[in-house]
Amino acid sequence: MIRNKAPYDSYWIDALVLIAVVFLIVYVVYRVNTVLVYNWDWSFIPGYLFRWDEELQSYAPNLLMKGLFTTIRLAIWSIILAAILGFIMGMMRTSRRLFPRMLSRLYVELIRNIPPVVFIFVFYFFISSQITPLLGLDNISEDSSPMTLKVLDFLLGPPELLSNVVAGIICLALFEGAYVTEIVRAGIQSIPKGQVEGGMSIGLSRIQLMRYVVMPQAVQKVVPPLASQFIILIKDSSIVSLISIQELTFLTMEVATSTQRVFEIWLFVAAMYFVISYACAFGFSRLEKRMALHKA
Amino acid sequence: MPDNAISTETIIQIERVSKWFGDFQVLQDIDLTVRHGERVVVCGPSGSGKSTLIRCINRLEEHQSGRIVVDGNELDYNTKHIHMVRCEVGMVFQQFNLFPHLTVLENCTLGPMRVRGLTKKEAKSQAMEYLERVRIPEQAHKHPSALSGGQQQRVAIARSLCMEPRIMLFDEPTSALDPEMIKEVLDVMIDLAETGMTMICVTHEMGFARTVAHQMVFMDEGRIVENAAPEQFFSNPKNERTKLFLSQILSH
Repeated sequence: MIRNKAPYDSYWIDALVLIAVVFLIVYVVYRVNTVLVYNWDWSFIPGYLFRWDEELQSYAPNLLMKGLFTTIRLAIWSIILAAILGFIMGMMRTSRRLFPRMLSRLYVELIRNIPPVVFIFVFYFFISSQITPLLGLDNISEDSSPMTLKVLDFLLGPPELLSNVVAGIICLALFEGAYVTEIVRAGIQSIPKGQVEGGMSIGLSRIQLMRYVVMPQAVQKVVPPLASQFIILIKDSSIVSLISIQELTFLTMEVATSTQRVFEIWLFVAAMYFVISYACAFGFSRLEKRMALHKA
Repeated sequence: MPDNAISTETIIQIERVSKWFGDFQVLQDIDLTVRHGERVVVCGPSGSGKSTLIRCINRLEEHQSGRIVVDGNELDYNTKHIHMVRCEVGMVFQQFNLFPHLTVLENCTLGPMRVRGLTKKEAKSQAMEYLERVRIPEQAHKHPSALSGGQQQRVAIARSLCMEPRIMLFDEPTSALDPEMIKEVLDVMIDLAETGMTMICVTHEMGFARTVAHQMVFMDEGRIVENAAPEQFFSNPKNERTKLFLSQILSH
């Protein structure tokens, strides 16, 4: 019977760790309840999610929901931009020519070696204040037809905050694009040299090699790390609150100040972030499984 | 094998070619002439530069001095020349180098469609023709990873042939194969030889060499030390190193 014994028999360690963790949680909850003497009150939260609009005679999203929508818009647009930027820069990074390689290297190193918060301030004061007037976003609401405004409202949020949101998107995209660049570079460089030689031997040009041989294989390889980078981006989007982009974290700070219910609101918002990040992770893992199936 | 017509027309001219990897000279003053329809087998110990030599012929490696002229195109820094040479020279690699994300058929149609400008339909029917010639038309819709090594190498041969090259280069095509698969690949290569294709093979398969070669080339330390017809090469090699090599390789 000895042979049938499971090779791993240290279950008592697992049990010990579990007991320790449960004890710790119980202790923290106990501390919060007795030492802090805090009266939990969650009742204000629904009111900050939706409010009754007297004019429209219906419910309209209030600060927290507005913030959530802005965060989602920020995330989606900056993911798209970061992906485009990252793929271009990633390909330049593996170019045979020195100039594109240097340009892309400069971009990646600049961004990776500056703390995100500092980057955001630098970006805000020196770059975004130049870009948004250039795009003419400030007077867009006066010049455009109601239809365009509606579309814009759906895609990018309320027109009065357009330049604000666009600044946030560009900032996040620039920032995350550097990480996407590195992922794409690693993906391209993971394709064996023999693939390129095989392609060259049948007369494919450099561009054709990239398009038909290297990139299709590289893309398959970069999907998992890219997915986790995009989830990081969703969470990182909260730092643009520092330059008053009116997304979830920024608006939560407002709610926290006006209600003084700091504990409840931050716990609640943590849960909101968790739900969207986890949903994305779940979606990506499904996508990965499907791609794996497709390949076989 | 019947000595089917070798023309007098030179198709590959290699003159005093040298190449260095850093300080190490892999090729030293190589001279070699290959005529149209001729089959050359290159052998020699590992590290003797034989792979490097044939990789120079389609510019997968760059030679640093000397001249290589393939079918009237000199290999220099003109990318047009390089492209023209690559379109006329097919290559089969030791590691097959098939494209794993494409099916067998797509592997064979990629070049003809993108480089030769064939329509999908033309490329497909042509690819099926060559897949039949290498005796695996039934695998056309599988991915390379589903095939055995021998089958993959035959697909690689078909992929090269689909470009309708005038010259085929083989870089140790059977070295990565299990013994029982070597024959199926060699058989396909012998078939190909019978069509009169100009071929340069780097291989240790001396039986194959004896059957198909017109010209045997033995390389050692980056030099061609012996260049002879197969009868003379096998029965009466001139060079001591050739003798040693042959005795080692033929004894088992």
